[in-house]
Amino acid sequence: MSLTLFEKIWKSHLVGVRDDGTELLYIDRHLVHEVTSPQAFEGLRLSNRRVRRPEMTLAVCDHNVPTTDRNLPIQDEESRLQIEALRENCKDFGVSLFDLQDKRQGIVHVVGPEQGFTQPGMTIVCGDSHTSTHGAFGALAFGIGTSEVEHVLSTQTLPQRKPKSMRIRLEGSLPLGVTAKDLILGLIGRIGTAGGSGHVIEYAGSAIRSLSMEGRMTVCNMSIEAGARAGLVAPDEKTFAYIEGRPFAPQGSHWEKAVSYWRTLYSDDDAAFDVEDEVDIREIVPQVTWGTTPEDVVPVDSFVPRAEDFSDDGKRTSVERSLKYMGLEGGEKMTDIAVDRVFIGSCTNGRIEDLRDVAKLVLGGRVHESVRAMIVPGSGLVRDQAEGEGLTQVFKDAGFEWREPGCSMCLGMNEDQLSPGERCASTSNRNFEGRQGKGGRTHLMSPVMAACAALQGHISDVREFVS
Amino acid sequence: MKPFERLEAPLAYLPMVNVDTDMIIPKQFLKTLKRTGLGKVLFFDMRYGEDGEKRDDFVLNESRYSGGCVLATGENFGCGSSREHAPWALNDFGIGCILAPSFADIFYNNCFKNGMLPIVKTDDEIREIVTSLEGVEGGRLVVDLEGLEISAWDGGGERLGVWSFDVEDSRRDALLEGLDDIGSTWTKREEIESFEFRNRKTLPWVYG
Repeated sequence: MSLTLFEKIWKSHLVGVRDDGTELLYIDRHLVHEVTSPQAFEGLRLSNRRVRRPEMTLAVCDHNVPTTDRNLPIQDEESRLQIEALRENCKDFGVSLFDLQDKRQGIVHVVGPEQGFTQPGMTIVCGDSHTSTHGAFGALAFGIGTSEVEHVLSTQTLPQRKPKSMRIRLEGSLPLGVTAKDLILGLIGRIGTAGGSGHVIEYAGSAIRSLSMEGRMTVCNMSIEAGARAGLVAPDEKTFAYIEGRPFAPQGSHWEKAVSYWRTLYSDDDAAFDVEDEVDIREIVPQVTWGTTPEDVVPVDSFVPRAEDFSDDGKRTSVERSLKYMGLEGGEKMTDIAVDRVFIGSCTNGRIEDLRDVAKLVLGGRVHESVRAMIVPGSGLVRDQAEGEGLTQVFKDAGFEWREPGCSMCLGMNEDQLSPGERCASTSNRNFEGRQGKGGRTHLMSPVMAACAALQGHISDVREFVS
Repeated sequence: MKPFERLEAPLAYLPMVNVDTDMIIPKQFLKTLKRTGLGKVLFFDMRYGEDGEKRDDFVLNESRYSGGCVLATGENFGCGSSREHAPWALNDFGIGCILAPSFADIFYNNCFKNGMLPIVKTDDEIREIVTSLEGVEGGRLVVDLEGLEISAWDGGGERLGVWSFDVEDSRRDALLEGLDDIGSTWTKREEIESFEFRNRKTLPWVYG
C-alpha cells in the first residue's frame, strides 16, 4: 500500500487503541522547558508517578531567561523561581537539563537539532507550538499543552486523533534576496492562519530540496502559523550530513542502520493526500507583515491594505482593529514605514546561517541612528560559532547589541520587550497584539530584511542591497 | 478531573476572529507555577485600561458575567501558542464552554484536558443563538452535553430556542465521566512495554 511520509511515521508509532477509541502514539523525544512544565511535574508528584523515559527527555530553560550577563542573578523574582523549579524538577525526576551556565543552553527548537537529539522518523513533542520546527528532519513533531506534557512524562505515549495530510510543492529556485522566511510568510498569506488546521503539511518540491537544513527548519517552524498540526520535509543527504557526528546522533554500527532506515522515509509516488497545492516561487518577492496576524502579509514592494479592500465583514473588522493597533491608516508604502527597533533571533531565525546572512549584509554598515537593534543567537553554541567566524565583530562594529541566547523578544517574557507604540522589524514568528511587549508593533520579515531595516531606519527592500 | 455536568450560564459574545492565546493570557502571567488563579488576568490587555481599571467597553466586564458565562466568538479561536494557561484562565474565570465556528487544534485539545467543552457552530448559528438572548432579562444558555443540545431560556423559565451540537463520542464520554487521561493510558501498560521491546530491536538508536 502506498503511504505518505506522515502515515509511515504514524503507523510505526502506533502502540494500540485505547478503550475510548483514540490511537496511542509512542513518543521518541520529549523536549521540556521552564514555562509549560512546572504544572506537569506537580501533577506527577501529586499522583506519585515518575518519568518513564528520562533518556528520551531533554530539558532546557529558554523562554524566561535574561539575555544579559549570565553571571548576574536573575532580577525578576517569578522568572528566577520558574527556572529554579525546572532545575529541581529535572534533578528529582532524573531528566537532563541544559542550564543557564551551560554552553549548550539555547532555544529548545535550536538545541534539539543542534544536539542531534532530533532525528528522522521520530515522534517529537514539546509544550511549545513551534515544535513543528523539527519536522524539517522528517520527524513528526508537534506542540502540546501542559496536561499532555504530564502524559508523555508519565507514559512516553500520547492518545491522538489522526490529522489529515496536505502536501505543498514549492517549485523553482529562490530569487536573489528571497529566503525560506519569505516562502513560509508568502504561503501563510496564501492559505491563511487557519489554512492548515487539522492537517500535517508535507513541504516538497525543488525549492524545498534546495534549502539548507536551517531554511527547512524556518519553513516547518511557522507551519503552526498556518494553523497546521505539524510540518514535514522528507529527509535527504543534507539531513544525514547535518546530523552525523552530533552528540546525540546514532554512533558506530547504529549510524549505518539508522541512515538506511531514514532512506525509506518519503511519501510513495502514488500516496494520496487529503489536500495538495503547488506554488511557483520564481516570482516571489521578500515578504513583510503589516498587521497583527501572520496572514496579514504583503510583498515589500507593495502597500499596506485598506480595510475597505476586504469584502468579508469579519475580516474587515479585524483589519480595522489591526491597522489601528499598528498605527497605520492603510495605503502606506511598506518601504516608507520607519522602525524604532530591530530584533534578529528566535526559533524561526536564530541559527548560524541566519547570522551569516545578516553579517554579510551589514559588513561595513552602521545601524541607523534612530534604531536600537539586537541580535540574540539561538543557542550558546551558535553564539560561540558566530564569534569564531568573526560575525560578532561585524555586528558590534555596525552597532548591534549582541546578547546571550534565549527566546528573548520573540515573546517578551524576559526584559527584552517593546515599549508601547514602538515599531519593530522582527525575524520572529508572531505579530500578535502585545506579543513583543504591550502596545508594541511587530513587522515580521527575514533576517536580511530586518538587517536592511536596521541600517536604513525603515522597512527596506533587500534586493536593492544585494547583487 | 471533575465531570462536566449540565451547565447553565449567561452568554457573552466576543465577535472577533483569530483570537490568539496571547490575547487570552499575555506572557507576563505565564511565570506561574500553578494552574489556578488566572481568571483575574484573562484577556488582560483588552479587559483593563492603562490605569488598571476594568474597561467599560469589554464584554466580560459586564457585571452579569462576573459569576461565569458561556463565551460565543469568531473563527480560529485560541490560535497561536500551545500555552494551557489559556484554557486555565478561561476556566478559572468561569467559562466552561465556548462556542465558535472553528478552534485552533492545540487549544481545542487543551480544553478537553481541563473538563471544558468547546463547541463548533457556524457563524450564522452563533449569531442566531446570540440574537435569541439579546436584551432578555435573566437570559441564560443551558448546555446539555449528555443530550448534545444547547438551549436559550429567559428569566421566567421560558425556552427561547434549542440547537443541537456534535462532539466526538470519546471526548464526550471523557468529559461526562471526568476520566483520568493518564490512568486510561496506563490500562495499556502491556502494549506500551511490548512496543518498546519490539522497537528497541529494530530501531535501537532511538533508545540511545
